[in-house]
Amino acid sequence: MNDAAKPGLAVEFDDVVKDFGTVRVLHGIGFALEPGRVYGLLGENGAGKSTLMKILGGYQPQTSGTIRVNGRPVAFSSSRDAEAEGIVLIHQEFNLADDLSISDNIFLGHEKKRGLLLDNRAMHAESAKVLAKVGLAVDPATKVSRLIVAEKQLVEIAKALARNARLLIMDEPTATLTPSETNRLFRLIEEMRADGVTVIYISHKLDEVERITDEVIVLRDGRFVGRSPTKDISRRQMANMMIGREVNDLFPPRAPVPRETAPALRVTDFSVPGWAEKISFEVRPGEILGFAGLVGAGRTELFEGILGLRKGSGRIELSGRTVTFRSPREAADHGLTYLSEDRKGKGLHVNFGLGENLTLMALERYVKPLLDPSAEHAALEAAVKEYGIRTGTLRNKASALSGGNQQKLALAKVLHPEPKVVVLDEPTRGVDIGAKRDIYFLISRLASQGLAVIVISSELLELIGVAHRVVVMRAGRFSAEVDGAHLTEQELIAHATGTANVDA
Amino acid sequence: MSTPEPSQANATDAVRPRESSAATWRERIQSYGPVAGLILLCLIGTWLNSDFATPENILNVLTRTAFIGIIAVGMCFVIISGGIDLSVGSMAALIAGCVIMLINWAGQAVGSPLAAVLIGALAAIVLGAFLGMIHGLLITRGRIEPFIVTLGTLGIYRAYLTYFSGGGAITLDNALADLYAPVYYGYFLGIPIPVWVFLGVALAGGLVLNRTAYGRYVQAIGSNEQVARYAAVDVDWVKLKTYMLLGACVGVATLLYVPRLGSASPTTGLLWELEAIAAVIVGGTALKGGAGSIAGTVVGAILLSVISNILNLTSIISVYLNAAVQGFVIIAVALLQRSRRT
Repeated sequence: MNDAAKPGLAVEFDDVVKDFGTVRVLHGIGFALEPGRVYGLLGENGAGKSTLMKILGGYQPQTSGTIRVNGRPVAFSSSRDAEAEGIVLIHQEFNLADDLSISDNIFLGHEKKRGLLLDNRAMHAESAKVLAKVGLAVDPATKVSRLIVAEKQLVEIAKALARNARLLIMDEPTATLTPSETNRLFRLIEEMRADGVTVIYISHKLDEVERITDEVIVLRDGRFVGRSPTKDISRRQMANMMIGREVNDLFPPRAPVPRETAPALRVTDFSVPGWAEKISFEVRPGEILGFAGLVGAGRTELFEGILGLRKGSGRIELSGRTVTFRSPREAADHGLTYLSEDRKGKGLHVNFGLGENLTLMALERYVKPLLDPSAEHAALEAAVKEYGIRTGTLRNKASALSGGNQQKLALAKVLHPEPKVVVLDEPTRGVDIGAKRDIYFLISRLASQGLAVIVISSELLELIGVAHRVVVMRAGRFSAEVDGAHLTEQELIAHATGTANVDA
Repeated sequence: MSTPEPSQANATDAVRPRESSAATWRERIQSYGPVAGLILLCLIGTWLNSDFATPENILNVLTRTAFIGIIAVGMCFVIISGGIDLSVGSMAALIAGCVIMLINWAGQAVGSPLAAVLIGALAAIVLGAFLGMIHGLLITRGRIEPFIVTLGTLGIYRAYLTYFSGGGAITLDNALADLYAPVYYGYFLGIPIPVWVFLGVALAGGLVLNRTAYGRYVQAIGSNEQVARYAAVDVDWVKLKTYMLLGACVGVATLLYVPRLGSASPTTGLLWELEAIAAVIVGGTALKGGAGSIAGTVVGAILLSVISNILNLTSIISVYLNAAVQGFVIIAVALLQRSRRT
């Protein structure tokens, strides 16, 4: 397992082209990576980062061009081939078999055997070692289905370590990690670099890129646009390179706090067993209320409880009327809609067309008494314009859109029933900076039109940038409500982690 | 170390269509696959036996397809919604038995044979929808897998039919059978009644699937149930309606079937569930749900009965191997569909 004698890998891309059907997504990319360094690979969604890395990881062949590893041209026909060279890709979406144990997953496809039988003892022992390295204190025999998302991410990393990676590709590894887990991951990356491992780090979080990488490489629209030592470049410059123009004003000017009006939604002492206890809050028309907290603080579960997706109890008032919802259907009928944080799992039908996705929550409007396809098409045309959804053709499936545009479509979908209150759970997760800006301006515009908006986010800067007030939750309980001058990163972190004096 | 040229930004403003026209072209070919297969089979049939392409034979094939085809239309909804119903053959047998007993009883009690037959026909549909509702409730409220629920009822329904018939046959009284017979043997505008009903059910099914909110919800649930639930679709209610719809289709198929033999026995409707599911799958609907088409299902049902018809008319392959040939076709279709899913 410890094969430190082997050096890291040098990789050279030479005029790599990738076509999907008639569409060229990589336009002759060429750059070289030296062993034992940490590279940040930057680019907007759809820039071609993931495609390029899938080619390097052996998941897809390039259409033309050469990849050289340590000077030798390689052609991987599968990820197994790439792993044999020491190249391991950790996917953004997990590749774990839920019903197998952690140890089974770590050695999946590379099982240790004793004769014909599996050598579980040896595999457990080695698993325990790599788990300790990534800082996951769980028995290797635990089933993966019992882990939370952040732990699954750590198992993915442990799996890569056990494969003895000499070049490790990480795609948004910290999306689900808490700050302390992220710190541990960064220490791990530093250890690997000291070990001579080459690391390619893909992330939209530029502060992390700044912290952990030696050099950044920027792609845009399937082309290499530039590279620079990390220390010589500011975050602002990175963003400008990614977008190809100046980004200023990521956030819209803060709209004035609405006058004292009756709340659009008031929730009193709402509890979701195991997740949230006696949470109370209210949001007025035209107001943007943020929900901050660490992963697992119970924010998503609280709102799933309010929507009737989980067992919950407490008082809910919409525009002054007491209501209870047994399902999102009833909530939508009362003017409350919810955008899930899990875009592919709960937000969009990726195999459906754009129009079918858009109108699904408000289909009754298109029933006359048969569905009216031309009305649906007109609605889609209007939404594409209004929400700035970039798509080649309106007949596309949702899966053909980039992450940012999928997210805009998902937003358009939950707003299509014209709710009075909308809950947006991580509205910019996995979205590039250009789309983020669009979404922030959209949220601000919706609020100024009188919609009550609730934004749940793990990105504190985002809440500080758009919200009028922020409720902080910690371990299922109300921790603080912050507004005005108190709306700072330090204050929110202090409340989210419980290190603030409540009276301060 | 280079820094970006400002001029490069302009070069990349072009729209990036992400789905190639080639992919949709391929999908289109695959959706015409069942039709192409059917045409090919018909050409082979015509070539092998001159009786194949006669109007009588074609109408005969379509009439025989009607039962399975009507059930397959309902099955198509269930499979698109991500479910399955294994019990339809047994359900058809039980409904047939109950309807015959009801008509015989009503023939005596009501006095009017016509009223008795009408009562029986209505009861077939109501009973089918009722049995479907039981499936739907067990699946949604009871949270049991559709496979298991309908595997259970598959045994239950047929056992009750066997019990009611005492192991033999339940037979329609002669006078009533004569009155009822035209429903199967009659013609309207030169086309057998069952074919008209099949056509009507298929057209209605296509309309419901593609042009109503309910149809859209069925596809949404099969494509991703969680997304549908979060998108304020009343998932349980839609599923319940889907099983009731299938039950009603079985009822319609049964009311066409009863006058054919005028009796129900423990072998009535045997293996119909497999033929109906096969018709749906051959028609291009994925067993995992999400997308499918009624037209494909109709073509699939016809295709399967054309195979057995050709085997009956020719002597190249033994009739005893009918099920084997159908099985090969199903597997071949699945192989062709495989590329669509990856």
